[in-house]
Amino acid sequence: MPVINETLGQYSELFMLLAAATYTVAFIAFAWDLAKSSKTLQAVDLKAAASSVGAKVAVAAGRLSGPDAGGPAGRAERPTSGLTVEGGTAAGDMKYAAERRIPARVAVALTILGVAIHGAGVLTRALGAGRVPWGNMYEFLTTGAFVAVAVFLLALIRRDLRFLGTFVLGLAIIMLVAAAVAYWTPVGHLVPALQSYWLVIHVSIAVLSSALFTLTFAMSALQLVQSHRQKTLSAGGADKLGFMRLVPNALSLENLSYRINTVAFVGWTFTLMFGAIWAEKAWGRFWGWDTKEVWTFVIWVVYAGYLHARATRGWTGTRAAWLSIVGYLCVIFNFTIVNQFFNGLHSYSGL
Amino acid sequence: MSEPVKAKKKSTAESTAPAVEQAKAEAALPVLGVKGMLRWAWTQLTSMRTALFLLLLLAVAAVPGSLFPQRPANPSIVTQYIKDHPDYGKVLDALQLYDVYSSAWFSAIYILLFVSLIGCVTPRAIAHYKAMRSQPPRTPKRLSRLPEYGTLVLPADAGIPASKAITDAAGLLKQRGYRVEVRDADGAMPHLGAERGFLKEVGNLVFHTSLIGVLVSVAAGGLFGYSGQRILVEGDTFVNTLVGYDQFTPGTNFQSSWLQPYSIQLDKFEVKFDRESPKKFGQPIDFTADVTTKDNPDAPAQKQVLKVNDPVSLGDTSIYLTGNGYAPVVTVRDGSGNIAMQGPVVAKLQGDNYYSSVVIKVPDAKPEQLGFAGFFLPTAFVTDDGISFSGDPELINPQMSLNSYYGDLGLDKGVPQNVFELDVKGLTQLNGRDLPTKGITLAPGMTYTLPDGKGSISFDGVKKYVGVDIHHNPGQQYALVFALLAVAGLVLSLYLNRRRVWVRTGTHDDGRTMVEYGLLARGEDHRLAGEAAALRELFTREWRIADQADAPTVSSSTSKDN
Repeated sequence: MPVINETLGQYSELFMLLAAATYTVAFIAFAWDLAKSSKTLQAVDLKAAASSVGAKVAVAAGRLSGPDAGGPAGRAERPTSGLTVEGGTAAGDMKYAAERRIPARVAVALTILGVAIHGAGVLTRALGAGRVPWGNMYEFLTTGAFVAVAVFLLALIRRDLRFLGTFVLGLAIIMLVAAAVAYWTPVGHLVPALQSYWLVIHVSIAVLSSALFTLTFAMSALQLVQSHRQKTLSAGGADKLGFMRLVPNALSLENLSYRINTVAFVGWTFTLMFGAIWAEKAWGRFWGWDTKEVWTFVIWVVYAGYLHARATRGWTGTRAAWLSIVGYLCVIFNFTIVNQFFNGLHSYSGL
Repeated sequence: MSEPVKAKKKSTAESTAPAVEQAKAEAALPVLGVKGMLRWAWTQLTSMRTALFLLLLLAVAAVPGSLFPQRPANPSIVTQYIKDHPDYGKVLDALQLYDVYSSAWFSAIYILLFVSLIGCVTPRAIAHYKAMRSQPPRTPKRLSRLPEYGTLVLPADAGIPASKAITDAAGLLKQRGYRVEVRDADGAMPHLGAERGFLKEVGNLVFHTSLIGVLVSVAAGGLFGYSGQRILVEGDTFVNTLVGYDQFTPGTNFQSSWLQPYSIQLDKFEVKFDRESPKKFGQPIDFTADVTTKDNPDAPAQKQVLKVNDPVSLGDTSIYLTGNGYAPVVTVRDGSGNIAMQGPVVAKLQGDNYYSSVVIKVPDAKPEQLGFAGFFLPTAFVTDDGISFSGDPELINPQMSLNSYYGDLGLDKGVPQNVFELDVKGLTQLNGRDLPTKGITLAPGMTYTLPDGKGSISFDGVKKYVGVDIHHNPGQQYALVFALLAVAGLVLSLYLNRRRVWVRTGTHDDGRTMVEYGLLARGEDHRLAGEAAALRELFTREWRIADQADAPTVSSSTSKDN
């Protein structure tokens, strides 16, 4: 039995608090970025429109969603930065633009600082308990939030996904607060049922897949909003959601969320399989339709449906986005309600 | 099928009525007939739309199994649930909502899904086999219409005529893993077609077929497997025969001759409790059972350790540690002074800190059968209100509190009884809290003489017991193999890209060799542009031409209008 170090546990809680505070400031910075930068873009757009009326007409005439790989090459009136709006949305390739968005840079810097502090919190929790830091609800929430933000930052290296910043950080803050307020438990030993190396394998891939599903959920939700907005704009309506100018067009969002969903789906398949292998070691049968097993299966089937939808005529676009959203709601349900309120063999993984 | 004809009829009706009559007489409406209807139904069943619909329906159908108690998991909870909900409890039972995963409607959904799968995979497999054996498709007339397109110019003095350029290109593409066919090599405009990525569809087919394998393995396990449960008090031995089990669930095709007669004896069972954490003080953190096993009656005895995530394999079964508790050891003497019962009694866990219920049935007591019911506390405390509770899971202050009864236990009726419940219908109560005789309270070493000369009961000591699950599932390994195959196929199908490349060369009037190439993805391919760039890089390096700015690569975004 590893020795419990209470002091490290207390340091862990302090780090979690500091991380949550840092994330809050970063969250505000991301929100400021959405508001301020879209205002700047609107001004640029209006100027361009004033100088050449033809361009505005072209914009409104429906050239809204550029394909995934496209950039606005060949448009002489507009500055050639990736941030330039093709008819009201950000560029579809989501590459970093030359333009400097100061609030966004501040926000990312703060997020990096926050994730470092958060990482220290997760590490001290692990060292204090002498095991991997995911053995109860408190640890699932805190470690899960860490993985979600870390995955977001890693994605930011390659693509400008800063428009997702408010969502990811908002979720991370909610998870940290819920962990501290409702699920707190001091550093302690694992119950015998969780004492297995499968805890490392099964839960880690589950948390990682859930973090990826979080990103695609945010993208799918934004895709729905953007798709609606694009329809309104192409019909000549007014732009009521200015902050969406910083978000790429609906098709690009769909394509990127599809690519990430494929990775997460393979991860979830492994989650299901590793869970089954562990169940056989612990309970004697690899599948018994336990509540948690049922909901893991439901999530897998919903995302399998999502993958099929993208290969079915009439089910791409908005309908696929809805499936991704429903899948994520099942992920949340599986993690919260099933752990706590449903009777089953997984109930001990609670508080 | 008849819609277009109807539409035509509508427009003619607007012109002249006699024309309509004539049209009606002349138009031969297609009649599907039975075979046609069946074929239509089959096409619908194997379409992607149906598969999608069935998948989502499967997800929705699985949910009720988590909302209502399920019989396979816990039959007694189901019985209790039906009792607690008299208004709709039985209705849910009729709808098979307590047996969701073996219900008719759930089975219908996944069987339909698998039929749809087989019906879709088989023709696709045949088609893909043919595609893998055939040459790449014909070269399109206008390569510039392909999503990725580029041109290169080789100067006249480079010494690379059109025919050599095409063979060079073919060699490069072959090295890159494409299947290439050069056409019209000696003609004026030689061209080639190339294709790669056949493994993508192979992976897709393997994934879907492996799912069938998983299903078959699960079914085989259900048919030819078995499982059982047994409680072992320290010192007890379990022998793998039908009578040895407390509870036994055979598969459909099970034969009792399959039980290999191994034995397992529980020597010692130890529990370690958390004594450090203030919040979780007294929670068990380790269970270790020391057992002695024999593979068959003649085999040597082996000492093994059985733990929660560490089962013991014996014969072709595995034995899992699933439960534990205390078993107080008692001696009951009847009215004649003879020992009517002696030994450990399994106490069933009821509450915190191993607060357990005890039921002792003594059918051999004469002249009247005796029964005791009460509870056992490893560490007995009494609150100010007189309520007993267990303060600690270890045996710090063990105490047994019992009510006693005499009369007819009802065991001779031939109806099986729950070992852990005492049916007091045919019994008269002898000891109880509300009676003048008061209840029986015993600590280890104490004896209590029952009133009215009915006998005595002595509390000799406390032993521990474990509950083990024994499982034999012959389909298990195969399910794993098929599942791994499925994942491999899934990864291939999601991450490989099927691409086609065509190259055409020709000689310009001034002697320059013109090369144009185009790429087309079969399915979604985010890296097609990258592949086009890589090919261009290869070509320019092979033919040693500098990066040509005057022959731009045109990407899809500007060549295609939205």
